[in-house]
Amino acid sequence: MSKKEHDVSRRQFLNYTLMGVGGFMAAGIMSPLVRFAVDPLLKGKEGAKMVPVMDVKDITNEPQNKKFTVKKVDGWHKFDEQQIAYIFKKKNGDILALSPICTHLGCTVAWNDDPSHPNQFHCPCHGGRYTKTGINIPGTPPPAPLGVYKTQVKDGKLYLGEVISRGGS
Amino acid sequence: MLQRIYDWVDERLDITPLWRDVADHEVPEHVNPAYHFSAFVYCFGGLTFFTIVIQILSGMFLTMYYVPDINNAWDSVYYLQNQVAYGVIVRGMHHWGASVTIVMVFLHTLRVFFTGAYKKPRELNWIVGVLLFFVILGLGFTGYLLPWDMKALFATKVGLQIAASFPFIGDWIKLLLQGSDIVGAQTLARFFAIHVFFLPAALMGLLAAHFLMIRRQGISGPL
Ligand code: HEM
Ligand code: FES
Repeated sequence: MSKKEHDVSRRQFLNYTLMGVGGFMAAGIMSPLVRFAVDPLLKGKEGAKMVPVMDVKDITNEPQNKKFTVKKVDGWHKFDEQQIAYIFKKKNGDILALSPICTHLGCTVAWNDDPSHPNQFHCPCHGGRYTKTGINIPGTPPPAPLGVYKTQVKDGKLYLGEVISRGGS
Repeated sequence: MLQRIYDWVDERLDITPLWRDVADHEVPEHVNPAYHFSAFVYCFGGLTFFTIVIQILSGMFLTMYYVPDINNAWDSVYYLQNQVAYGVIVRGMHHWGASVTIVMVFLHTLRVFFTGAYKKPRELNWIVGVLLFFVILGLGFTGYLLPWDMKALFATKVGLQIAASFPFIGDWIKLLLQGSDIVGAQTLARFFAIHVFFLPAALMGLLAAHFLMIRRQGISGPL
């Protein structure tokens, strides 16, 4: 054997073969395991079902606090979750349903409960405030407007679906 | 690249002698199937270890979804098997792997027995091997309850009944394993703890002893 033509030694060849076969087997074992573990990252989110919350005729210009339950699925755990919406008619007659989850750090805001700032949403945690349509007021902690529920009117009833974020967390 | 990282570490920590001492040893001709095909019987020890590695890996990943609680265990297994990507494969690895492990241990034991490898000076390793066998049977027994279906429940009732037939202290052993006067919530929690913490720890300690002894004594000679 001339050295020039065979520059892969027997030892190298065996090493590569062994590493190749070993790597193939390791990958065969590890890939299902890793895919199994990262499944939550790759599972698509399913949109919330629309649920009836109140009669359209009862909606006023003043935000009303409405509680309703939605069916949630968390892996093998199914449960009812209570949600809150502030529902009112805007000046142009459109219905707006705001999520009360503060965009700062997630406390629950209340409508018009702070005498020094009437007709605003107020967050008790760090004094975040929002206008009636949920726009965060500059100079207060929240970085973004309150989320809005997807709305739908059917047979005189208002249905709410998932919360659509208007920026922020 | 890898070579350069290795060299960098080796220059500072001199790690080569560490792994050479473990890895560099002759494989005698009589255990090499390339020379005598019948020498494949010497592979069963290594295959047992391989399947144990698979059991430990797949078991660790199963615990990401499994919950040891009578209200949720069955649903969590159903969920991980049917809703999680590759759930069938991961549970399948553990489920079938459990049987393959026990078959491999058995074949390995037969090889050691029929080649007389348990004789002096290897008596201690035979004893460690028997303990390993019991630990692995224990893993099979405690794991079998975890899916919390009818088969699991009744197999465990039968198994505990067998334990209860042990002379004098049988009832006491049964109560200790069962953790309650029925096979129920406390049994499941207990079996889970034994299955994923106690027995794997014992398994790893015994395996370390097993391999250290083999390294010291070498493979037994040809027949
Ligand atoms: C030699 C080692 C092992 C053996 C023989 C073994 C055996 C078993 C068996 C027979 C089952 C029932 C599986 C079924 O019926 O589908 C099981 C379930 C389970 N094992 Fe193991 N096991 C071993 C190691 C481990 C380790 C190290 C862990 C975790 C660190 C683990 C975690 C689990 C879990 C979470 C389950 C319940 C999920 C299921 O049933 O699919 N196992 N095991
Ligand atoms: S969480 Fe609402 S202001 Fe900080």
